[in-house]
Amino acid sequence: MRAFTLDDLKGIMQRAGGIDGASELDVESADTSFYDLGYDSLAVLEIAARIQEDFTVRLSDDMVERLASPSDAISVVNELLAGGA
Amino acid sequence: MTARAAITGMGILAPNGIGHEAYWRATLAGTGGIGEITRFDATQYPSRLAGVIHDFDPASYLPSRLIVQTDLWSQFALAATAMALDDAGVDLASVPEFEFGVVTASSSGGNEFGQREIQKLWSRGPHFVGAYQSIAWFYAATTGQISIRHGARGACGVMVSEQASGLDALGQARRAIRSEARVVVSGGTEAPLSPYALVCQLASGRLSDSADPEHCYLPFDAAARGHVPGEGGAILIVEDVAAATAREARIYAEIAGYAAGFDPQPGGGHSPSLARTITLALADAGIPPQDVDVVFADAAAVPWLDRSEAAAIETVFGPHAVPVTAPKTMVGRLYAGGAPLDVATALLAIRDGVIPPTAGVGELGDGYQIDLVRGDARTARLRTALVIARGFGGFNAALLVRATD
Amino acid sequence: MRARTAVITGIGVTAPGGVGAKAFWDLLTAGRTATRPISLFDASGFRSRIAAECDFVAEHAGLSATEQGRLDRVSQFAVACTREAMADCALDFGASPPERIGVVIGSAVGCTMRLEEQYVTVSGHGRDWLPDAGMGCPALYEYLVPSSIAAEVARRCGAAGPVSLISTGCTSGLDSIGHGAQLISEGSADVVIAGAADAPISPITSACFDAIKATSPNNDDPQHASRPFDNRRDGFVLAEGAAVLVLEEAESARRRGADIYGEIRGFASRANAFHMTGLRPDGREMAEAIRVAIERARVNADDIGYVNAHGSGTRQNDRHETAAVKRSLGEHAYRVSVSSIKSMVGHSLGAIGAIEIAACALVLRHQVIPPTANLEVPDPECDLDYVPVTARELAVDVVLSVGSGFGGFQSAMILTRPTAPR
Repeated sequence: MRAFTLDDLKGIMQRAGGIDGASELDVESADTSFYDLGYDSLAVLEIAARIQEDFTVRLSDDMVERLASPSDAISVVNELLAGGA
Repeated sequence: MTARAAITGMGILAPNGIGHEAYWRATLAGTGGIGEITRFDATQYPSRLAGVIHDFDPASYLPSRLIVQTDLWSQFALAATAMALDDAGVDLASVPEFEFGVVTASSSGGNEFGQREIQKLWSRGPHFVGAYQSIAWFYAATTGQISIRHGARGACGVMVSEQASGLDALGQARRAIRSEARVVVSGGTEAPLSPYALVCQLASGRLSDSADPEHCYLPFDAAARGHVPGEGGAILIVEDVAAATAREARIYAEIAGYAAGFDPQPGGGHSPSLARTITLALADAGIPPQDVDVVFADAAAVPWLDRSEAAAIETVFGPHAVPVTAPKTMVGRLYAGGAPLDVATALLAIRDGVIPPTAGVGELGDGYQIDLVRGDARTARLRTALVIARGFGGFNAALLVRATD
Repeated sequence: MRARTAVITGIGVTAPGGVGAKAFWDLLTAGRTATRPISLFDASGFRSRIAAECDFVAEHAGLSATEQGRLDRVSQFAVACTREAMADCALDFGASPPERIGVVIGSAVGCTMRLEEQYVTVSGHGRDWLPDAGMGCPALYEYLVPSSIAAEVARRCGAAGPVSLISTGCTSGLDSIGHGAQLISEGSADVVIAGAADAPISPITSACFDAIKATSPNNDDPQHASRPFDNRRDGFVLAEGAAVLVLEEAESARRRGADIYGEIRGFASRANAFHMTGLRPDGREMAEAIRVAIERARVNADDIGYVNAHGSGTRQNDRHETAAVKRSLGEHAYRVSVSSIKSMVGHSLGAIGAIEIAACALVLRHQVIPPTANLEVPDPECDLDYVPVTARELAVDVVLSVGSGFGGFQSAMILTRPTAPR
């Protein structure tokens, strides 16, 4: 199973939150919180929903709580994919 | 001293024009916006015509952040609100915080958005329903989003009575002006062209199955055979007359009178409830029937409903006593957007002294003693207009607008 | 000329834990909870699998086979409550001029159950984006437009006056009753059937609340899952239900010797204009709605003996509301009894506001305050007297009911005990 990349996440962020700023996201800025990037709580939940849809994974409530920034999202999802859960 | 409510701004999105001047030009010229439904392939359905807004790009009006979390219905309303506030020229920063409200009309809610989500649920599973379903489909979504976007912390509401909703919303806006608000965003829009919403409308038995866009929606015609749905509507800025006058606003007209009623046993024949509703609205306005210069009809284009509306108009005004028109024949029945668009059209008619025509109607049905304006627009001195709206199931409402000068 | 006011002369309730106003009141005063595993559909794939359901038997509620076939569950609730309220008020509706009878019904999600069921049929279980129009039932359009609920109620009471449906999310119930009172005070009607109904326990509604984690996932302990103001609270419990009141112009109600539950003395609504679902912790706009309702009622804040809270049991609501109550009532907030009946009957979205006003009317009648069930571990930020666990007998003349909902709606209503002798 392939890894979940920043590009994957950027595509999802664009569709889920509609914020244009996602296109400028890179490895350095990936630690910026979703909130500072302009994504409110609903948008983050929508991102979680889209990740689940596109990657056929289930994010538990605890995992969703840990999605504070794009880099968090990438590590949480890749943990999940690696664990085969 | 009871505060008076006036309309100082309008924003229109209609199948024959985006923006009120484009809509008005097209309407006066008799240019309609009814054609084949293009939002999806409707060829399998017995009714395939609708008033469609072809060139609406939500990105021209809204940030993408808002677009992803709203249905087209709310996007129409948000765009129209921006136009209407601009048209009214009101400085919202000068309006006391809790005196700015929003009351919109709603009928079927966020149809396409809801259908997408419910399809995901049933074809793939509950986890595929997104976070925005909780805020995009429900009937209050538009009022909520307008309130947030423009900082309206005053009384907010949502009125639902199908095609009568728009007049009920304006009636409610007037109540708010009388008691606690200086400015109210009102009116409504509808986006009824999702496949499932169309299937639901087909069940009503009211949709025309005509394939001719020029002759599909024919109220009061001997060949009346139902209506076509349309999308869009109008947002109107309702303002306290004293405040509007103080800021030297351009006042289109005052909401002079309003009343609502219901027919508990709808059926053929006369509709005493509608005649009474109109009479109550006139009494509310303190206007005698002979002072009404034009009537914008509900125009259901279903024979028993046409008969009862014509009878009510005749009862109140007398036969052939007042010009009656239904420019909605050019755009379709817009449900929550329908009556607001009629009111906006009435305001433009008053402003320019011209009655827009009813399109497509040829020979009137037997016994209709109404002066239905057809063919060309008719020049006339207009000060007072009556708008009639009826909602499926027995709802009716009447609203009078009157020029203040 | 004396101002016209609206009084409550009849009550009909369909609530979880007991259908009918009497069973409802028994549940509330006993502090029993009606939350349980969802039985109305197979919820096994859902995050929150609990709800407060009504054990509604349509035949017992007087609904004919035709009505059951044609009406969505939400309309069945509304009609059943209307009949109960009409019988309760003992007004001869046939002798009242129909054009002076109005109807205002609230609903947040309308006929969502049948709309969803029909969707499954016509779309081939979600397979076809273009559904099959031939497979839809005859009443399908009535499910698309929630106004049909108000129309059904209007037909049952013969109303020919103003009839409408109000759909302001979770404040629909409060707003409808407020609107009904307004119709009376402005002279548009002398009798108004006012209330609200919602039957949202269905896959799409459950899924949409799952997606935003608003509902409690405490599936292993359904009886205790709805715990407003408790520090362990983790979301609301979805519910269904309805309540309908008969409102009458006060003087004519008194003249005919009606048994009056209470008077609707003040109502106000405001909006957060902040976020569709989020709430700022300061409760400013809810406090403003409360302040204006109190002002219109011409009572003082410390006249209020009971606050019927919105108390949905989400972490943010209960904190927001506590702040609003303190802001608007000042020191009195610490003396007044506050409780949330959602702890017992769950959150039925638009309906609950009307169910809560019915509860408030019964509070005024019986002088007993229902508790907040399941409140065992206090939240330091929610430090008011929420009447935990056990109902409380208390002389109450003035009640405040508060509501809050998606879209930012904030509503408040003041009810007072009738002053004239019965």
